[in-house]
Amino acid sequence: MSVVERQEWDVVVIGAGGAGLRAAIEARERGARTAVICKSLFGKAHTVMAEGGIAAAMGNVNSGDNWQVHFRDTMRGGKFLNQWRMAELHAQEAPDRVWELETWGALFDRTKDGRISQRNFGGHEYPRLAHVGDRTGLELIRTLQQKIVALQQEDHKETGDYESRLKVFQECTVTRILKDGERVSGVFGYERESGRFLVLEAPAVVISTGGIGKSFKVTSNSWEYTGDGHALALLAGAPLLNMEFVQFHPTGMVWPPSVKGILVTESVRGDGGVLRNSEGKRFMFDYIPDVFKEKYAQSEEEGDRWYDDPDHNRRPPELLPRDEVARAINSEVKAGRGSPHGGVFLDVSTRMPAETIRRRLPSMYHQFKELADVDITAEAMEVGPTCHYVMGGIAVESDTAAARGVPGLFASGEVAGGMHGSNRLGGNSLSDLLVFGRRAGLHAAEYAAGLTGARPPVDEDQIDTAAAEALRPFSAEGPPPGEQDGRPPENPYTLHQELQQAMNDLVGIIRREGEMEQALEKLADLRVRARRAGVEGHRQFNPGWHLALDLRNMLLVSECVARAALERTESRGGHTREDHPAMEREWRRINLLCRLTDPTGGSAAATDPVVAQIALTRETTEPVRPDLLALFDKEELVKYLAEEELYE
Amino acid sequence: MSGGYEARFKVWRGDVKGGDLEDFEVEVNEGEVVLDIIHRLQATQAPDLAVRWNCKAGKCGSCSAEINGRPRLMCMTRMSVFEPDETITVTPLRAFPVVRDLVTDVGFNYTKAREIPAFVPPEGVGAGEYRMMQEDVDRSQEFRKCIECFLCQDTCHVVRDHEENKSAFAGPRFLMRVAELDMHPLDAAEDTGLDRKQTAQDEHGLGYCNITKCCTEVCPEGIKITDNALIPLKERAVDRKYDPLVWLGSKIRRRSSAG
Amino acid sequence: MRDGTRAAITAPHLRTDRWWLALAATAAGLLAFIVYSTWRAFADAHYYAAPYVSPFYSPCLAERCEPMHGGPNWEIFGGWWGISPAIIILIFPLGFRLTCYYYRKAYYRGFWASPPACAVAEPHKKYSGETRFPLILQNLHRYFFYAALLVAGILTYDTVLAFRDENYEWGHMGLGTLVFLVNIVLIWAYTLSCHSCRHIVGGKLKHFSKHPVRYRMWQWVGKLNARHMLLAWASLVSVALADFYVYLVASGVFDDPTLF
Repeated sequence: MSVVERQEWDVVVIGAGGAGLRAAIEARERGARTAVICKSLFGKAHTVMAEGGIAAAMGNVNSGDNWQVHFRDTMRGGKFLNQWRMAELHAQEAPDRVWELETWGALFDRTKDGRISQRNFGGHEYPRLAHVGDRTGLELIRTLQQKIVALQQEDHKETGDYESRLKVFQECTVTRILKDGERVSGVFGYERESGRFLVLEAPAVVISTGGIGKSFKVTSNSWEYTGDGHALALLAGAPLLNMEFVQFHPTGMVWPPSVKGILVTESVRGDGGVLRNSEGKRFMFDYIPDVFKEKYAQSEEEGDRWYDDPDHNRRPPELLPRDEVARAINSEVKAGRGSPHGGVFLDVSTRMPAETIRRRLPSMYHQFKELADVDITAEAMEVGPTCHYVMGGIAVESDTAAARGVPGLFASGEVAGGMHGSNRLGGNSLSDLLVFGRRAGLHAAEYAAGLTGARPPVDEDQIDTAAAEALRPFSAEGPPPGEQDGRPPENPYTLHQELQQAMNDLVGIIRREGEMEQALEKLADLRVRARRAGVEGHRQFNPGWHLALDLRNMLLVSECVARAALERTESRGGHTREDHPAMEREWRRINLLCRLTDPTGGSAAATDPVVAQIALTRETTEPVRPDLLALFDKEELVKYLAEEELYE
Repeated sequence: MSGGYEARFKVWRGDVKGGDLEDFEVEVNEGEVVLDIIHRLQATQAPDLAVRWNCKAGKCGSCSAEINGRPRLMCMTRMSVFEPDETITVTPLRAFPVVRDLVTDVGFNYTKAREIPAFVPPEGVGAGEYRMMQEDVDRSQEFRKCIECFLCQDTCHVVRDHEENKSAFAGPRFLMRVAELDMHPLDAAEDTGLDRKQTAQDEHGLGYCNITKCCTEVCPEGIKITDNALIPLKERAVDRKYDPLVWLGSKIRRRSSAG
Repeated sequence: MRDGTRAAITAPHLRTDRWWLALAATAAGLLAFIVYSTWRAFADAHYYAAPYVSPFYSPCLAERCEPMHGGPNWEIFGGWWGISPAIIILIFPLGFRLTCYYYRKAYYRGFWASPPACAVAEPHKKYSGETRFPLILQNLHRYFFYAALLVAGILTYDTVLAFRDENYEWGHMGLGTLVFLVNIVLIWAYTLSCHSCRHIVGGKLKHFSKHPVRYRMWQWVGKLNARHMLLAWASLVSVALADFYVYLVASGVFDDPTLF
């Protein structure tokens, strides 16, 4: 068996995006020796792609803002499916998390009086997003990265070793959470650079691995987004929550093909950009749903006035929550009113002077100039929906970010479910990372410190099994059961492409029962073939091997999405059923939980295309606390809540 | 797909023990970038071709390499800038140790990052009480656009051509970081006795820079590293070290505070 | 030169573009100016044709200077100064340009190949940059800048004097006056676009918001500074042309055409 490097830590954080780094900072500051493991280089995580801003009700631009308003917006955006306690904590704590970044050196754009400037975004009642041009995610990740370096410098001063209390294992992938009975005992992984195995023994593990977008063909997500954390949690016995809710961002690039899916930030619309179809019509006015009728402008004139006078006008419908805008674009294209490359037009060139565009949207200007040869100050962009974010995720306790059912396991950021309900508002992601990243780090450190007696031991058998699993692609098996001749191993790249195509076509933005059943069959077939995914070469930085291992995770997560989507017979937020187009009040109280059918992680389900890997259970949600419900008008609640809930 | 053609590529393959340029012929379609072609090579001809990448949108700075001898991001180099009959050579960054194929060990940069003392928050100003004017943060914000692709570190001849200078020289990216902190309106390093202007030259090797501007030339973010960070930092070092009036003033101040 | 752990690529560079073109053009341009200015500086003749004085010889500070009516000649250096009086004064603009952040790039690349171009290996075994003598003296740029301000002031004065005719009557203009005007504008633009100037007027400040006037000046100098290279070349050419014009008139090749 391969050489395995072993180390002991108090807290291990998987993922070095906003949530992971914030968790690591908190755990280290609470005294836990903390290790961070990430697939990319330190500071390259997907968080850098976030553009618009961090939602926090600081009230710097409009003093009417406060946490209650933010909470309301979040619940509305999520169509009341949110784990309300998370939404409450998030709205309350976000301002502190943003201000804290400044004390670590972050430089946000400023208001005239020197405070943090805030911008408008879809679904937010007031200008609320702290931002730095359109590169807020970069600022966030760099600030956290530099805070980690600052802590390491402190440790170096004291101990002579930068990494004595906080270490980043970059370019390492975790393939298994190790357990001692029910409890977490550590993680197993490999160094991408060398292919060597690595075991970090730790009583507390925080999963902050982000999303699942790489299972879809058109996505704004990077290669890292293979649903690792979701799969690790499932395999460790923790349930996933409401995985059917996948956000398709309304505006991704559609041309050229090689950049299809790359994000066009919502700030383009927040700052005045409008959507038009091929007839030149601002079609969003035709798509304002009833629940939002009172909140949005009914005419172009009113919408245009809002940018300068938001107190006396209603906002333009381009700023509806993302699910609404994505569906509208989809309908326009289907009706034959799309742009030449199958999107619609997003125009800022006729709305703002070129100089303003270049100043306020610098990276969009460059992105289109360099990738598509389009000058957005002179012509409209072509945009269409792109898979962007998964609202579903690991089921967690709201206050502690602890994964349900597995002591010692915590989750924060996109990989955790519940916070955003059925649809996330723009800007709520970065604040989510900070609020719950901190909470996860805090409670993981407390859990590790509070352990009495010996630390949970690592089981050698689990290490051997994990190592064998990781090495399988190098000895991809020949004959499948019942056949004589050996078949050549499957190409992991081909399998991945087929998976992306299937998810995109069959479990995409608009869903139908028959197609999802078809998707499940396809997934089962791919799962069996993935067992035979083989790779050439050796273990040193071998991308084919890495992909072969990531396939397991993508297939598990894709099955969760497809099964949950088939089960939920309504349309809500990031889940749209053509055969059940209405939102059903009865479904509001239902959470869908995914678990492994074979919790031992055995191979029966993996090799048999008939047996499902994932089992679904329904769970009734906890009623919203009355004082929080009181923040809404009765008339509004009627649209969302079932009769019984209203009169409780 | 219009514009499709077969392109000739030379890609460096190997590791620390040795390697060479390997020839490929590969399909190119309209609108593609060099990284797309490298991915096509992986999927069709060389599944274990090692390449580091992440966002594929020019925002993370992972896919740095040298294309036809010039340090660039593979995801931001469009194939349309080349002639169809041109052979395109792709090699790893040449200033850093190679790991495998197009992947290099960029640890040098992380070591240097740790040597720059962090932001020092001002004493007595609580979180939420920071007040900074836009014109005061503009300069540092430009430097914070940096995506840490390390192309400037790779192209800078101070270390590219002289490995032995690596210990004494932080490189453009991290000298720019010193400038960023020195221009930060609320950085309180001076109150703790840390003079960033002085240490830029004494500890981080600012004097090695001979402002030949290759860092600025290769920066994919278009940051004016030389004009806006390095030269201003040099001028600030002059304030401290080569300005007789300032020097005299500080002597007198030191004496009077000692006396 | 290369370390053993790097990718084993022996070629000093793999660039396929004409990277040497900029290098060659820079070197040729600088060389041409050096040859011309050396000849003119040591010529000690044909530098005054009333009312024009060659910028190479202004101010003229030795007893041997040609008399210039109301012009910039003060006999600070007595009769003992035996060679061309241009040498006394040229040291300042020369020092200013030698330590200029743009010219440093130009000659480090063009004459010293350090580096010849980006990602092209340099031929030197050792490199210590501007950390040691003599190159550490580049840090004195700002003092040359102060001197250059004085020189530019005097050249401005010369340009004012150029609004006379050859009999020192005011209110006239010749073609030479135009040449001088263009030159002095470029000289000022180059001088004020200097990086040291940008630092002194405002760049050294931590809080622009507390110094609105200096902030404006810094922004204005910054705009000029972005064109520092262009201005460096333009003013180099214009100063040579102004000198050459004086030479042509003084040596009698043609008479200065009078405009009014």
